[in-house]
Amino acid sequence: MTATPDIGPDAYFQQQLEAGRIQIQKCDSCGAHVFAPRTFCKSCGKDALSWVDISGKGEVYSNTTVRKKPEDGGDYCFALIDLAEGVRMISTVVGTDPHDVRIGMPLRAEIEDHKGAKRIVFRVEEAGR
Amino acid sequence: MNIRGKAYIAGAFEHPTRNAVDISLGQIHADVARGALADAGIDKKDVDGYFCAGDSPGLGPLSMAEYLGLNPRHIDTTDTGGSAYLLAVGHAARAIADGKCNVALITLGGRPKASGRLSVGVPASNAPEVEFEVPYKPMLAAMYAMVARRHMHEFGTTSEQLAWVKVAASHHAQHNPHAVLRDVVTVDDVVSSPMVADPLHRLDCCVVSDGGGALVLVNPEIAKSLSRPKIAVRGAGEALGHANGGKVRLTSSAAVHSGAAAFEEAGVRPSDIDYASIYDSFTISVVLALEDLGFCEKGKGGAFVADGNLISGVGKLPFNTDGGGLCNNHPGNRGGMTKIIEAVRQLRGEAHPAVQVADCSLALAHGTGGTLGSRHGCGTVVLERE
Repeated sequence: MTATPDIGPDAYFQQQLEAGRIQIQKCDSCGAHVFAPRTFCKSCGKDALSWVDISGKGEVYSNTTVRKKPEDGGDYCFALIDLAEGVRMISTVVGTDPHDVRIGMPLRAEIEDHKGAKRIVFRVEEAGR
Repeated sequence: MNIRGKAYIAGAFEHPTRNAVDISLGQIHADVARGALADAGIDKKDVDGYFCAGDSPGLGPLSMAEYLGLNPRHIDTTDTGGSAYLLAVGHAARAIADGKCNVALITLGGRPKASGRLSVGVPASNAPEVEFEVPYKPMLAAMYAMVARRHMHEFGTTSEQLAWVKVAASHHAQHNPHAVLRDVVTVDDVVSSPMVADPLHRLDCCVVSDGGGALVLVNPEIAKSLSRPKIAVRGAGEALGHANGGKVRLTSSAAVHSGAAAFEEAGVRPSDIDYASIYDSFTISVVLALEDLGFCEKGKGGAFVADGNLISGVGKLPFNTDGGGLCNNHPGNRGGMTKIIEAVRQLRGEAHPAVQVADCSLALAHGTGGTLGSRHGCGTVVLERE
């Protein structure tokens, strides 16, 4: 395996997040980006995966507002996000009322604290930025 | 090997309970096994094939064979969630065709309501990719809601069109004394019910209920010796769908492949089908399945289900005439078994007279298990009255 750290990919992904870096895997053989982390390329089957920084750009592929009572934490956004790298991941959109999130909205990834660990979230990219 | 004419559904039974407070899970399996065997007119000692899935208590078929007193020479515990029983029918038919067994018993039981374990999370929570979803509070309805929203975005499907699926189910359920929900509802009732996860309302979601069901499949010689109508398994297909390494598509499902395989084996087309049982965990599940199975073009499912097209005696494709999972029963959060049982009732002419399809000779049953929009398994069977 090329350029794969000596820990499992799941653990490495989270370790990078904790260090403030969002990295996903890219296949050295076919060039496809891969998510969730694994030990081989889903596109070509080769085990030549390297970790690369993402551009941070994305957009909403689909989303929903899960309705919860305020005492249960209130409504929240649950979404599938298309990264510019061509992979689709489950995440959430922060900084915008969940009811205002729309398919196709341009987003930028960031890292936030969540229950004692780091997670990737997305914020709506304002025009001109 | 083609299974046409090589295996028959001889017995079918749906447990009458919807709230199994004082009935154990093992007992539900035993009740439905006895019910299906009695329906077929077959002695339990003749069962030599046993099929169950993840709902059965204990370790697969071991515990249930012990409890039921079975000595099977062929077993199968394929689990694809709620569609597993569709796959089991195909597997049982192939096992019979192959001589691995002559009398196959399939059981399902569940008591999520009585046990207080209402499943709203994501099935199979130790699936490898779930750890990357958990930080975002996944729930089953949210995944289906994203499917619905994307379908609306790409094809212009509306909440009112989705609501027609529930409306049709309710028209059928009013005639089923065992149904959890027997009131006829309108499109307006559905779209004005509380939102669960946009755009899915409470009435877009199936019921949570206890109960179960069982089927008995037999070889042609045994089928001929029984007094029940002969219901042949004419074709069966199965397929998996998943997130595909970050490339998931929300607007189609594995039904594209399970349906094509079943139709090919059966040698028939969607337009030949007199009655269809379609897995209805949510209203959107039905719309997507109808498109993927070829009952209408991709993207036209909303228009297809509208205006009562799924209501028996009214529309072109009568579906889920027991009331389906949306109104009748979704035992153990697994709706596949009841789909097959109602198809068998229709083919035998034993559905409620108010919903019985005239001259019903060819039926389809389809299941979508797991989670649409990520890990899911589809099973499709084509059944024929001979």
